[in-house]
Amino acid sequence: MATMTMIQALRSAMDVMLERDDNVVIYGEDVGYFGGVFRCTEGLQQKYGSSRVFDAPISESGIVGTAVGMGAYGLRPVVEIQFADYFYPATDQIVSEVARLRYRSAGEFIAPLTIRMPCGGGIYGGQTHSQSPEAFFTHVCGLRTVMPSNPYDAKGLLIAAIECDDPVIFLEPKRLYNGPFDGHHDRPVTPWSKHPLGEVPEGHYTAPLDSAAVYRPGTQLTVLTYGTMVFVAEAAALESGVDAEIIDLRSLWPLDLDTIVNSVKKTGRCAVVHEATRTGGFGAELVALVQEHCFYHLEAPIERVTGWDTPYPHAQEWAYFPGPRRVAEGFKRAMERK
Amino acid sequence: MSQDAPAPLRLHVPEPTGRPGQHTDFSYLHLSPAGAVRRPPIDTQPVDTSDLAFALIRVLDDDGNAVGPWVPELTPEQLRFGLRAMLKTRLFDARMLIAQRQKKLSFYMQCLGEEAIAVAHALALEPGDMNFPTYRQQGLLMAREVPLVELMCQLFSNERDPMKGRQLPVLYSYRKYDFFSISGNLATQMPQAVGWGMASAIKGDTKIASGWIGDGSTAEADFHTALTFAHVYRAPVIINVVNNQWAISTFEAIAGGEGTTFAARGIGAGIASLRVDGNDFLAVYAASRWAADRARSNLGPTLIEWVTYRAGAHSTSDDPTKYRPADDWEHFPLGDPVARLKQHLIKLGEWSEEQHAATQQALEAEIAAAQKEAESYGSLADGHVHSAASMFEDVYKDMPAHLLRQRQELGV
Repeated sequence: MATMTMIQALRSAMDVMLERDDNVVIYGEDVGYFGGVFRCTEGLQQKYGSSRVFDAPISESGIVGTAVGMGAYGLRPVVEIQFADYFYPATDQIVSEVARLRYRSAGEFIAPLTIRMPCGGGIYGGQTHSQSPEAFFTHVCGLRTVMPSNPYDAKGLLIAAIECDDPVIFLEPKRLYNGPFDGHHDRPVTPWSKHPLGEVPEGHYTAPLDSAAVYRPGTQLTVLTYGTMVFVAEAAALESGVDAEIIDLRSLWPLDLDTIVNSVKKTGRCAVVHEATRTGGFGAELVALVQEHCFYHLEAPIERVTGWDTPYPHAQEWAYFPGPRRVAEGFKRAMERK
Repeated sequence: MSQDAPAPLRLHVPEPTGRPGQHTDFSYLHLSPAGAVRRPPIDTQPVDTSDLAFALIRVLDDDGNAVGPWVPELTPEQLRFGLRAMLKTRLFDARMLIAQRQKKLSFYMQCLGEEAIAVAHALALEPGDMNFPTYRQQGLLMAREVPLVELMCQLFSNERDPMKGRQLPVLYSYRKYDFFSISGNLATQMPQAVGWGMASAIKGDTKIASGWIGDGSTAEADFHTALTFAHVYRAPVIINVVNNQWAISTFEAIAGGEGTTFAARGIGAGIASLRVDGNDFLAVYAASRWAADRARSNLGPTLIEWVTYRAGAHSTSDDPTKYRPADDWEHFPLGDPVARLKQHLIKLGEWSEEQHAATQQALEAEIAAAQKEAESYGSLADGHVHSAASMFEDVYKDMPAHLLRQRQELGV
């Protein structure tokens, strides 16, 4: 089987779907001739022509708004928001239109859009190229919010998203594009070619849109996380000696609650780890759900390790980023508390 | 050199020329005489329509004659159909306003005075062309002869409401009549209309889109975004700006109409643009056909500003006598679209006062009968609405576990 980076896996997913379904169209800022600032769509315009893969004006509300009209027509648009930090101008289209079109029209019109957006920090992107805005989307009824953590899932989930009749917000942790970054920013990153999840089939396959994956089985502590923090949590488990069961949520909403509940009932302890700011973050919802469904199995308060409630800084990036040391401390607190 | 301090700056906040108790000076409309404005070929360059964005295309003169280069080819039968659809729209609105006062529906929005625009435009489109309307284009549905009972069931939010009680009255969705779901927030439909037209072009089809917006909402970014995308991709779309002078209580100048026109917005974006008498059924049809033919010939988008007047209140929650002269519409120089087409048909010898009165009577009876039937299916007031359980449906294609749990929590 071929190995792919996450970028190659995403491109392969779009290639497969452009080939299989004439109704798939791809557009966004710089995605056409140039192939995207992260090169995810490189070569696709050449292969499928400029009426199916094309550049868009710098207008996120226009990109998403036109995609709603195309979806109503019967197309399956896959649009790219260049950085998740740039989705805000499209908020009205996403929240009031994309998410509710099926509901308000009683199923007459749907918006089967896939909205791709690179998210997360660790690339010295400063406060406008580093955000993790997933909680904005999980708060909106009618959206599916997905975040893969590896090339295999990235391709399988993106194909599933494109085929899905619900709108999908597809968040791509850009720090993972080229390898499973574990938060040790002072060390070289292992390339995906040396990681088992870098093995990606060439053809069509899907990963389920509403199921979590147990990334690392463990007995002592359930870790709920997603995206880049999956590998940071893995490093933290190794370095803290805590036998953590790391659950890669993959689909943030709808959420695979069963996998979470089964794990917490087994370990009796839980830590939630994400890169986004803490207050009102998706971790808060996870904590609420775990206490609601597993309260009598919990032996300690649920631990949260997250980005600080500050904008994402530029020069102080690694003080902001919840790296392996902070995550390991969180794991230890979760183990020590009673 | 003067050492005087400069005069203090002053903020300009536009005001209408008439407020309650006054007479509006409508000279700000800059009307052109009927028949006076040229009609270019449909393959004209957008920049060469600049004069048309500041003039006013009119066909019907004050005596009911059709004059000038924009006179459309419409048979007397088509004109009578149009008149009947406008009349039906007006009588339906009047009836629903009364029903709202009787608390049979929660809310209503009439289009009094603007009937010609949607009705004549609908006749200029082909089946399969998609409208992306606002809440004041019910004429599009009347022109397509949508069953009145169905419309009323939506308005009454009853058990037969096709929108299952999820939408405010008037926010219809009718795919089979080429009428996109009305959102209720503003301007979002404009990029969507452009995208729908782009999709038709991507697929190599022949269908076009028609997007609708009021003068007030052109201030939203989505309107300008739509112009950019329509121009960039030469989308087969008509961009209709219904300038009815009022956005709830704010005059069109608050939306940016002072000293310019809304049609002029298109010129700057590279879009062919027309400013048209929206109360002139013949002019509306002619300009709509021009734009539709242009879009269908791969010549790109057209922006049309329809100059009209919102004769009624914004909605049943509004009282316009608080902010504009109560008799303003009587003085509006473009008159009443129903009266003007009626006058024209009578002048042609194709209509009479007697026929008009008989048609009105027949329509009133049809509407009353439809209302009686719709009321028999219930209303928001009597609680015969879609079940609470249905509230959880259609959020997603298939109901996810969390919604199933919440539905159980509600006990339905």
